[in-house]
Amino acid sequence: MPPAILVRDLKKTYPAKPPVEAVRGLDLEVRVGECFGLLGPNGAGKTTTVEILEGILAPSSGTVELLGKTWARDESALREAIGVSLQETKFAEKLTVLETIRMFGSFYQRGRPPEEALAAVGLEEKRDALVSNLSGGQHQRLAVAVALVGDPELLFLDEPTTGLDPQSRRQLWDIIRSLRERGRTIILTTHYMDEAERLCDRVAVVDHGKVIALGSPQELIRSLGGDHVVEFALKNVERATDLAPYLALPSVRGARPEGEAIQLTVTEPHVTIPALLDHARKHAAELSHLSTRHASLEDVFVSLTGRHLRDE
Amino acid sequence: MSDRNPFHQLFLARMRDFYRQPEVIFWVFGFPILLAVGLGIAFREKAPDEIAVGIVRGAGDEQTLAAFDAKDGFKVKLIDAADSENELRLGKVAIVVVPSAEPTLQFDPTRPESVLARARVDAALQRAAGRVDPLSLREDLVTKPGARYIDFLIPGLLGMNIMSGGLWGIGFVIVEMRSRKLLKRLIATPMKKSHFMAAAIAARMVLVIGEVTLLLFFGWLVFDLVIQGSWAFVMALAFLGAFTFAGIGLLVASRARKIETVSGLMNLVMMPMFVTSGVFFSSERFPDVVQPLIQALPLTALNDALRAVILEGADVTSQLPRIAIIGAWGLVTFVLALRFFRWN
Ligand SMILES: Nc1ncnc2c1ncn2[C@@H]1O[C@H](COP(=O)(O)OP(=O)(O)OP(=O)(O)O)[C@@H](O)[C@H]1O
Ligand SMILES: [Mg+2]
Repeated sequence: MPPAILVRDLKKTYPAKPPVEAVRGLDLEVRVGECFGLLGPNGAGKTTTVEILEGILAPSSGTVELLGKTWARDESALREAIGVSLQETKFAEKLTVLETIRMFGSFYQRGRPPEEALAAVGLEEKRDALVSNLSGGQHQRLAVAVALVGDPELLFLDEPTTGLDPQSRRQLWDIIRSLRERGRTIILTTHYMDEAERLCDRVAVVDHGKVIALGSPQELIRSLGGDHVVEFALKNVERATDLAPYLALPSVRGARPEGEAIQLTVTEPHVTIPALLDHARKHAAELSHLSTRHASLEDVFVSLTGRHLRDE
Repeated sequence: MSDRNPFHQLFLARMRDFYRQPEVIFWVFGFPILLAVGLGIAFREKAPDEIAVGIVRGAGDEQTLAAFDAKDGFKVKLIDAADSENELRLGKVAIVVVPSAEPTLQFDPTRPESVLARARVDAALQRAAGRVDPLSLREDLVTKPGARYIDFLIPGLLGMNIMSGGLWGIGFVIVEMRSRKLLKRLIATPMKKSHFMAAAIAARMVLVIGEVTLLLFFGWLVFDLVIQGSWAFVMALAFLGAFTFAGIGLLVASRARKIETVSGLMNLVMMPMFVTSGVFFSSERFPDVVQPLIQALPLTALNDALRAVILEGADVTSQLPRIAIIGAWGLVTFVLALRFFRWN
């Protein structure tokens, strides 16, 4: 069986005053039935990549195959096979939820009944509400329902949860999980690392139009060398520039400055912390802050690029 | 069944988008009727104005007064000699008579109503003094439906409505969908682009039937407008016009990403035709040098053809040149629009 998606050396340059190289040689392979995440900061090229995969944007160069087919040869078959939720579609305000789903459903040879797509996203009670009266989260769920109504083998969701409140995000996560359980292949873009960690079987971390890391969230986190992060700050030390003493502490796998503080990637915090306290005492330094947490994809991104996914 | 028919679903979406917006319904159906009512009243045919005559108090004023009969359209009043200049200047009277054996007429010869009054006052005074007219004239009054301003106006309003309906209903709506990323979302489905276009045009056609019927029915009901030619021909012209202005709307909308852009473009296209194509007044008022240009505009051809059928009962053959102009605009703009159209 061919992979759900195969991308080789994809490049896209937008013609602008200085041309924008949005995608610069990207490779991907997505397996059938997995939920695959594209994780990256604003402007990384996620939407550009996804819209090329969806066949609504032409690449500058490179090859794209979906389910063993290409857009050039099998456009109509591929259109039937994919479902799409764009980053920022606003549906017609004066149609109701059901009318919108039904209209999109009519474009497909074989689709799911509109009512079923509606139920899949839990919007039954908004069935006859005008689109203009939906909340942000409901509108996003409608977008997912519209993506589902053609009963696609391959589902593209571009930042489905951006801008939603935590409760709406959780609702959408449940919907996406249940889709994966039904054996759909899902490509999800996001810049929320927790979302990617929870939902995706595998994640490609994208930065400046390239994949800079690939693997399951656990693999990526493990690549840091430790599952935990110990963060501390010293009161009377101006700014720790020399990280070597901390790297020498037991069970520490990595160290990096984080503002005024220092973050250590460690395998066993209960071993590192007493050693860290000893070290501070020996150098007459006082801790102003100490915390530990599980390492996340955010830490992976920071360790790879020195930047955060979202600049807050 | 129709639930799974994409053309039908797209058509329904267009219609729902229309009839669920009361303000749009007003602009399409209500506004032309309001214009017809307003302009019809403002320019209605009035009974000829009364002739206001001032007679200066003094010897013989009673006798002079008796020479004027209200039946003949005179409105006479006595004034003081000192006031006569003022009354004339303010237009309260059209003419002043100073009675005497040789009465004096005071009036401003540059004012048409004063010149008219002079002739009428002269005749009244002469007859009162004993003149006998050698000839008695009979009058046959010919203000008939078909020759009034409202008759001129209603076909023009039809044309205007067909134009703005095509530009707003197609051009504006499409750019709005583009700016909402809805067009992009639609082409990510197996939807046929031809279905999308056909549905938008079909919805326009259905609305045009309503627009034309309503305005003509209203014209008949309120202003006794009579359609001299064939109804079917009027409708066919309206369809042709709707098609052409849909094409122009599509062309205007083919690349614009923002609503502001398309609104500006549409005004740029419509304003010259509003003014020159004979909506509110005849396009023949413009100088001869620009006439070939004006006559080549689609709205001029549409308005002239509609007037010819509605007011003169013209047949299809006589209107072929105008039909050709309208059709050519439609064809050319459609081809260009489809060529340049930007879906995402
Ligand atoms: N139509 C366009 N013309 C010119 N530049 C563009 C265009 N679309 C996107 N870009 C640029 O290409 C780069 C990648 O954009 P893209 O939308 O793919 O990023 P993204 O990863 O989806 O970001 P976000 O998280 O903000 O959605 C950005 O620098 C963006 O400014
Ligand atoms: Mg994006």
